[in-house]
Amino acid sequence: MTLAVRVIPCLDVAAGRVVKGVNFQNLRDAGDPVELAARYSDQGADELTFLDVTATVDDRSTTYDMVQRVAEQVFIPLTVGGGVRSAEDVARLLGHGADKIGVNSAAIARPALVAEIADRFGAQVLVLSLDVKRSGCTESGFVVTTHGGRTETGLDALEWARTAIELGAGELLVNSIDADGTKQGFDLELTALMHEHSRVPVIASGGAGSVADFPPAIAAGADAVLAASVFHNGEVTIAEVKAALAADGRIVR
Amino acid sequence: MLLDYGSGNVHSAAKALEHAGAEVQVTADRAAALEADGLVVPGVGAFKAVMDQLRAVRGDGIVDGRLAGGRPVLGICVGMQVLFERGVERGVDTEGLGEWPGTVTELPAPVLPHMGWNTVAPDEGSALFAGIEHERFYFVHSFAAQAWQLDVMPPFPTPRLTWAEHGGPFLAAVENGPLSATQFHPEKSSDAGIRLLANWLATLG
Repeated sequence: MTLAVRVIPCLDVAAGRVVKGVNFQNLRDAGDPVELAARYSDQGADELTFLDVTATVDDRSTTYDMVQRVAEQVFIPLTVGGGVRSAEDVARLLGHGADKIGVNSAAIARPALVAEIADRFGAQVLVLSLDVKRSGCTESGFVVTTHGGRTETGLDALEWARTAIELGAGELLVNSIDADGTKQGFDLELTALMHEHSRVPVIASGGAGSVADFPPAIAAGADAVLAASVFHNGEVTIAEVKAALAADGRIVR
Repeated sequence: MLLDYGSGNVHSAAKALEHAGAEVQVTADRAAALEADGLVVPGVGAFKAVMDQLRAVRGDGIVDGRLAGGRPVLGICVGMQVLFERGVERGVDTEGLGEWPGTVTELPAPVLPHMGWNTVAPDEGSALFAGIEHERFYFVHSFAAQAWQLDVMPPFPTPRLTWAEHGGPFLAAVENGPLSATQFHPEKSSDAGIRLLANWLATLG
């Protein structure tokens, strides 16, 4: 295998601005998505993920403009997730320059959405995003949640991933609600389980606190690692993560 | 010139070409597409959907017409795949443009789609990869041409084949006279991709 493992920073955006601080030095405007995207691209980010946390429809149109401005100036793949409810939403985001679209709760509410998107645009554009929590109530021991982990759907995470892949999901973004925010490392058991049972690439998310947290996620079977605050705070750089992965015998770009 | 036939996003590809030094026009206009110094045919999604969309703007005739006149065309991703005779995706067998013999089929890899940055093995005579032979490029696809079946005799130039590997070898790029194509996305491959586009632009008359 010569394919490099991917390191992906994730930025929260609302109304076309990056929310939550990103602490790069010498930044003219810490909320400008184009400037931040360019910085991460220069640092060697393999892809960028934007999570649209916009609350209103008006704000969402600003997000489309933002995607377009980033796509026109930063030439690495862009994934946009958050609030995607229909194939039309996907068409509009792709038309503005997104390469992949993250779908989460709307697919849980209506799984046929996954097939509608994959049939029209191909499986490779569709990233199924799962917020997963440990649970005694499902066979795999992991349950899919919504609303940032506050609501358990009762769906077995493994079953849902299988169903979504069958319907056409091209990639899994597996976010551990248990690990998220702890800075204690990725949920390796969850990562390994998802990897073993899926044919599509798995992105591990949630829990990264230091450089040392990244290699075990890849060792557990992740094809890519995604993190937000650990990069934004400047605690860890993309280059440091890649150096650690390379030292662990992984291929990096 | 970028052929706009409704497949995927053409604007970031247009910006990448501008970044590489081109004056870019995005169009579905037949005369303009036939006359341009170079024509880029992007492609995202299913082989059949891309062919349907291409035929709807008579893109097949545009590509044929340009090649008949020796005018350069660059296919990207599914825009490369449709240059072959057929594409088979999940049991759906679709006729392609047939500029090259062969069938585009699923890669024999444990993890699909093939998604991410991979190395390529360019032909020594490649113009597209000049100076970027050891760079990585961004791939996102499950299907590819896994064999080259066209024998080219002099006086026609030897096709330059660039191979990559995911589960098995497949064609990452082809340079065959005026017709070139890449399976990866140069417009998403950062500096190396921009350089490749600039190399292609440099081959235009």
